[in-house]
Amino acid sequence: MNLAYKEISELRELLDTKHLSSLELTQYFFKRIKELNPLLNAYLTLSEEHAYYLAKRADDFINSPGNNPWLCGIPYAAKDLFLTKGIRTTAASKILDKYIAPYNATVINKLESQYAVLLGKTNLDEFAHGSSTETSAYGASKNPWNLSRIPGGSSGGSSSAVAGGLAPFALATETGGSIRQPASLTGTCGWKPTYGRVSRYGVIAMASSLDCPGTIALSVKDLVYTANAISGQDAKDSTTGNHNVHYTPEIPKSLAGLRVGVPREYFPEGMESGVKTRIYEAINILEKLGASITEVSLPLTKYGSLVYAIVCPSEVSSNLMRYDGIRYTHQSNKATDLYDIYCQSRAEGFGDEAKRRIMTGTYVLSAGYFDAYYKQAQKVRRLILNEFMEVFKKVDVLACASSPNVAVPIGGAKDNPLFGYIADQLNIPSSLAGLPGLSIPCGLATSTTGDSVSLPVGFQLIGPQWQEQILFNIGLIFQAETDFHKSIPQPLTI
Amino acid sequence: MTISLEETKNIANLSRIAFTDEELIRFQSSLEKILAYVDELKSIPTHNVEPLSTVTGLVNVFRKDDTHSSTVTEAILANAPQLKDGYYKVKTIL
Repeated sequence: MNLAYKEISELRELLDTKHLSSLELTQYFFKRIKELNPLLNAYLTLSEEHAYYLAKRADDFINSPGNNPWLCGIPYAAKDLFLTKGIRTTAASKILDKYIAPYNATVINKLESQYAVLLGKTNLDEFAHGSSTETSAYGASKNPWNLSRIPGGSSGGSSSAVAGGLAPFALATETGGSIRQPASLTGTCGWKPTYGRVSRYGVIAMASSLDCPGTIALSVKDLVYTANAISGQDAKDSTTGNHNVHYTPEIPKSLAGLRVGVPREYFPEGMESGVKTRIYEAINILEKLGASITEVSLPLTKYGSLVYAIVCPSEVSSNLMRYDGIRYTHQSNKATDLYDIYCQSRAEGFGDEAKRRIMTGTYVLSAGYFDAYYKQAQKVRRLILNEFMEVFKKVDVLACASSPNVAVPIGGAKDNPLFGYIADQLNIPSSLAGLPGLSIPCGLATSTTGDSVSLPVGFQLIGPQWQEQILFNIGLIFQAETDFHKSIPQPLTI
Repeated sequence: MTISLEETKNIANLSRIAFTDEELIRFQSSLEKILAYVDELKSIPTHNVEPLSTVTGLVNVFRKDDTHSSTVTEAILANAPQLKDGYYKVKTIL
């Protein structure tokens, strides 16, 4: 039976009717991963023994009387930022190459309590610093649609795994585009939650005021199941919202009454024309479904990436200070004194982009520069938030592209310190404002970089704070009306 | 926006990262590029605007100051490159 690319509801049916056991399903994915991961480099670590233990536990639960949770027995992959107890967790960095997580992230515990089955840890840009996985210490992941192209980033291993049929869904994180952009580039569905919707406890920190754990899956319906599993207040993360959360996968009858805003600044010069066309077509579909479409303006959009280029490295420089060569595995053997232990261990363990961000953050936070850079960036951040709040008085949701272009060839990001800030320009402003976002496939477009190949385009929806259900509703009816999300890449062959 | 090599060295020192001379020059150039990129922010009027650091609006989330014994100490210490009697071992400080 071909089980790759089956949605969670299909797998649920097979498991509940005992046509398939979770153990068999898990074995199926490991066989597929071992065959195809050498081509994709989506996974860094496989946790087979643990997975079989979880699968058997899920099968025991399925065989006992009563209903099964939606994710019971369903395999998934976790971006290697999520601490998974007893399992190697590297943040795709040499400095954590031998690090074994001492406890589970809250999100991992929540999935385990639903009897989901962790298959392994996926590749990312080192410490999530990037938009292509090219900064990973373990090499870039590949886009299953075209192996010479990036799968996006930083959650590129997760998007590659789901798009490559190596996991039904994957955990990912977004700080400034790292879920929406890779989902867009690989034709998968990505959910970036409202900041504070999902606990960050046990997620290796990048920028603490921006990090959002979320998911990548094959359909919006699947995203809803994962959202219900991982959302909610956590006593271990005091930045989580205290709402009772339950999202419904019920497809709305129409979008009548929905006011959709199309922000003119989200169609920048340099956006690929094929992407623009696909987005306008997707917006027309929303109109056909009953939504009213209005053009809106968010003039501060162009400053989003600039604010992020200051705020993100600042928080990174602080969060990465803990890697001191004393507590987290790697210690330089060139060190002769304490100062050396810090400086040499960190020099050896961090890649260039991590160093770049630490240096930038340290500079803008240092005495004499703090007010001009960091404080000013935080003030502009408030202006950006205010601008979104104003626009959401007139419309219920914003619709635009997830990325101004389809996947570029691997190698484009090299030594360009601004690559990520430009790639994520359509995601960063809403990240700064802590808003929820969704990226769903809306067809293919021709690349204008390198060969003229056709690659996936992501349709982006941005909602007001805490209003993920609005995004899910639009995505659900869009996917009932179209089948872009059912397109999968050509089968990969060794 | 230029940064001197001296300043770059100072930042490297504050960051506690060792750089070769060649790397220092490369990172000096990267820093200059990034600072040039963000320079425009300085001209945005932000008089009377409160800096934003948290978007949730949550303030002072407390919990009861209860203690309980840890079950993860051993697993955490297992990641230490050098341990002695359950303590992290470091080079001489004094």
